[in-house]
Amino acid sequence: MRITCPHCGQRGLEEFLYHGDATPQRPSDGGATPTVEWTDYVYLRDNKNFAHEELWYHSAGCHAWLRVTRDLSTHEIQDVRQA
Amino acid sequence: MSAYRLPTGGLIDRAQPLHFRFDGKAYQGYAGDTLASALLANGVRLMGRSFKYHRPRGVLSAGSEEPNALVELRSGAHREPNTRATVAELFEGLTATSQNRYPSLKYDILAINGLFSPFFTAGFYYKTFMWPASFWEKLYEPAIRRAAGLGRSAAVPDPDVYEKSTIFCDVLVIGGGVAGLEAARAASATGGRVILCDEGPLLGGQALNDGAEVDLSGLENVTLLTRTTVFGVYDGGTYGAVTRLTDHLPSANAPRQRMLRIIAPRSILAAGAIERPLIFGNNDLPGVMLAGAVRAYIHRYAVAPGRRALLALNHDDAAATITALAGAGIAIAGVIDARPASSNFVQSLAAQMGAPLFSGARILRALGRLEVSGAEVLQRDGATLNLPCDLIAMSGGCNPTLHLTSHLDGKPVWDERIASFIPGKLPPGMQAIGACAGERINRNILPVWSSGRAGGKEFVDFQNDVTAADITLAEQEGFVAVEHLKRYTTLGMATDQGKTANVNAIALMAAASGQSIPQAGTTRFRPPYTPVALGALAGGHRGQQFKPRRLTPTHAWAAAQGATFIETGLWLRAQYFPRPGEDWQEATRREVHAVRNAVGICDVTTLGKIDIQGPGAVAFLEFVYSNGWANLAVGRARYGLMLREDGFVMDDGTCARLGETHFVMTTTTANAAKVMQHLEFCHQILRPELDVCCISVTDQWAQIAIAGPESRHVLEKLVDAPFDISNAAFPYMEAASLSVCDGTSARLFRLSFSGELAYELAVPARFGDALASRLMQAGAEFGITPYGTEALGVLRIEKGHPAGPELNGQTTAHDLGMAKLLSGKKDFIGRALAARPALTGPDRSTLVGLTPLDGATLLRAGSHLLKPGVPATAANDEGFITSASYSPTLGHPIALALLANGPARLGEHIRVYDPVRNGDTLAQVVAPVFYDPSGSRLHA
Repeated sequence: MRITCPHCGQRGLEEFLYHGDATPQRPSDGGATPTVEWTDYVYLRDNKNFAHEELWYHSAGCHAWLRVTRDLSTHEIQDVRQA
Repeated sequence: MSAYRLPTGGLIDRAQPLHFRFDGKAYQGYAGDTLASALLANGVRLMGRSFKYHRPRGVLSAGSEEPNALVELRSGAHREPNTRATVAELFEGLTATSQNRYPSLKYDILAINGLFSPFFTAGFYYKTFMWPASFWEKLYEPAIRRAAGLGRSAAVPDPDVYEKSTIFCDVLVIGGGVAGLEAARAASATGGRVILCDEGPLLGGQALNDGAEVDLSGLENVTLLTRTTVFGVYDGGTYGAVTRLTDHLPSANAPRQRMLRIIAPRSILAAGAIERPLIFGNNDLPGVMLAGAVRAYIHRYAVAPGRRALLALNHDDAAATITALAGAGIAIAGVIDARPASSNFVQSLAAQMGAPLFSGARILRALGRLEVSGAEVLQRDGATLNLPCDLIAMSGGCNPTLHLTSHLDGKPVWDERIASFIPGKLPPGMQAIGACAGERINRNILPVWSSGRAGGKEFVDFQNDVTAADITLAEQEGFVAVEHLKRYTTLGMATDQGKTANVNAIALMAAASGQSIPQAGTTRFRPPYTPVALGALAGGHRGQQFKPRRLTPTHAWAAAQGATFIETGLWLRAQYFPRPGEDWQEATRREVHAVRNAVGICDVTTLGKIDIQGPGAVAFLEFVYSNGWANLAVGRARYGLMLREDGFVMDDGTCARLGETHFVMTTTTANAAKVMQHLEFCHQILRPELDVCCISVTDQWAQIAIAGPESRHVLEKLVDAPFDISNAAFPYMEAASLSVCDGTSARLFRLSFSGELAYELAVPARFGDALASRLMQAGAEFGITPYGTEALGVLRIEKGHPAGPELNGQTTAHDLGMAKLLSGKKDFIGRALAARPALTGPDRSTLVGLTPLDGATLLRAGSHLLKPGVPATAANDEGFITSASYSPTLGHPIALALLANGPARLGEHIRVYDPVRNGDTLAQVVAPVFYDPSGSRLHA
């Protein structure tokens, strides 16, 4: 697989680390109590197919966190942008 | 001249005779031969025994699809099993051995398996060896593996060298036949970077086998990679390939193979086609060959594969074999054309060469024991006829070599016109041309799939000994789906992956189940196209080169001091510095004593160092650490605890404030990269509004700990004036930028991991080695002693500092006795979930210290803790020892442990149980800080 880093250009998979779904949003309540929103944010992920927004880290490159749109059925990468 | 070598022609070099051995016997061939062609030239047709029935087998093909002629090449550590004789290039001194036979190829005792063949039909493993289950491992499987098998791998480490490379191009052409060469020429003419790969040593593909001229003009700017097999297609225009660099040489002081990762936005597949056998009885006898292979041996290798040949075909392309046979002076016993009305082309060729033509006929079975002596032919009128011959050239048509097109989920589609599968959906960027796209093959074909059963085994998959009857049987037993058929009969498995077998098998299954071939389906293919040596996939990543090795700035100095080194992650660190006659324990105890009573130095460069700058730095630290940072003054350092978002401890370290907006953070050695990634995540994803930058400076600074009551006296001699390191001016947890050793810029931190008065001094990495020497000189009068990771570990256990074994990803701040470091005033990573009741409950295993009741028995890490007197069961388990050591300072063993409800149990006796190493003793629960609990020595 190849990912086109917006800073470095097209690079091989071995330069990147996969993080996971990019869509969960960290609750903004300050975290004083462990609400269900927090457990959902940390633990719950949908088992998606087709277009998937996901985070990749360019660990062996510029250290940018990238938001990659990838079709999970074909692995085709449709979009890469700085997260 | 060998018995079957033609007097002229071929692409062999008759001026270069080569000597080789097969099964111990000496033979001679020529440069340009394969092992198979050279053996055939010497009249050797029996080259192997089959997988299950141990039937005699010769050469079927002349290419990498070969299922039969598998040999062990070379010997000793270089031995390579299952080498296809058809692609093994001959070299001087080659030695090869036949496989899967005992005691010899000609007299193989296990050929008796053929007599028991009713037991060896489809699914015989499942049916025969069902009961009792315990017999499988001990009896059935070893016996089956011995009897049914392929070659033996060398049971010693591979002495060969392999390498890896990533190469780029605009267009990758796969296959160097006429179509591939034309495509490469055209692509190159447009100015693009073109790579062409072909698995053989010569370009030309099928043209070489047909004796045609090969046009190699216009390829000056094409990177031509011969002996290179493209074995797989991967996402994003990535192709895997292997170049065999020296497999064709007797020996070479060079890498054996090179694994290539080829990056190509466009590719052209011109992989040609593989001929399929006809199904008739005994179609596996040596002397039965694919028609195209017969032409290859005649034209390319100048070998007559027989003296009297029968040609069986069902389409026009194979008719070229008539001309080839006649040209080689091989008598033609007959042309058996399955088509009732042979084409004019075949009729005129047969007439021209004086070959008897039998239209509408088919071979029922081949005759002979160790090789072909004739064939029983069913004529159009229903009469049978025996035709003597020593060679049967057969062609049931060709199958496009479309394997690579299905590696990314493409499904081949049936093309009635050529009675074969052609590529379906292609991988992105790939185009298929020529024979592998189904172009110009199988002209006027009349597909025939079955002989009509006239006795003798009719092989479909030669390598796995799967017959037409096995497929019928599988269908009767309900294994109708092609994928089930494959698994039940093992058809299409093993080293050739059914290259000659799959289409015939699908057609037979379709016929047996009354479906059309497209209904019966097709199999898809996975990489690799042909077997790839694991050594090639590993490349240089073996032994010492398996992973990078990082050396500390003082490595050379430590080596000169006689240090013993240990791997910690990628780093190689000094473990201890033994003096003559000392073992590791004696050295460690001496080093610990030196730190406690005088002064020691230790390279701590491996700790992660992250430089954090910007107006948002304080807010950023507040977010990533659980404890507070807003009130940390410039010039001060603080211990920091970092959680994961799920509330468990991720890492710890110190962070010093060097300026209003400038901090330098340390992490544990093990988590340096992980913390860096985490900080970038926290900044870029969660707090992008903060104006802050993080960069790793682990490699930029050499950092040495100077620990012990005399450490200040040593440093005083190095620190440049007017810097004051008196206790009043530079107290515990102070940090500063300064210069040392007459003008070297440095950073000094008054931190202690050992519990003594201690400092960490950082200098630019290139001065690390010199700094160690200068410290040793300056400290000589105080008895300065270098110490390694062993002493470091003992010192921190004595002091009760948690480290890697305690920060194991399952412990919380509460478990480590650091609940007070969870700030209640701010949002930080892990705050919410760390507050879950289950993560703070009193029953959690919590850090305690242990000392043996007898004051002498060593406690071992990993031992489990039980209440005395209760059975040692998992249900009674109350925790375990994380770190343990003999304490030279206290004079008895000590340990850190995670014990349920630990802090409430100080003074209690606990059983320390280690069933793996027969440990069972009693210990007393104590506070985890064994040494100087008040911390007075830190502040001295």
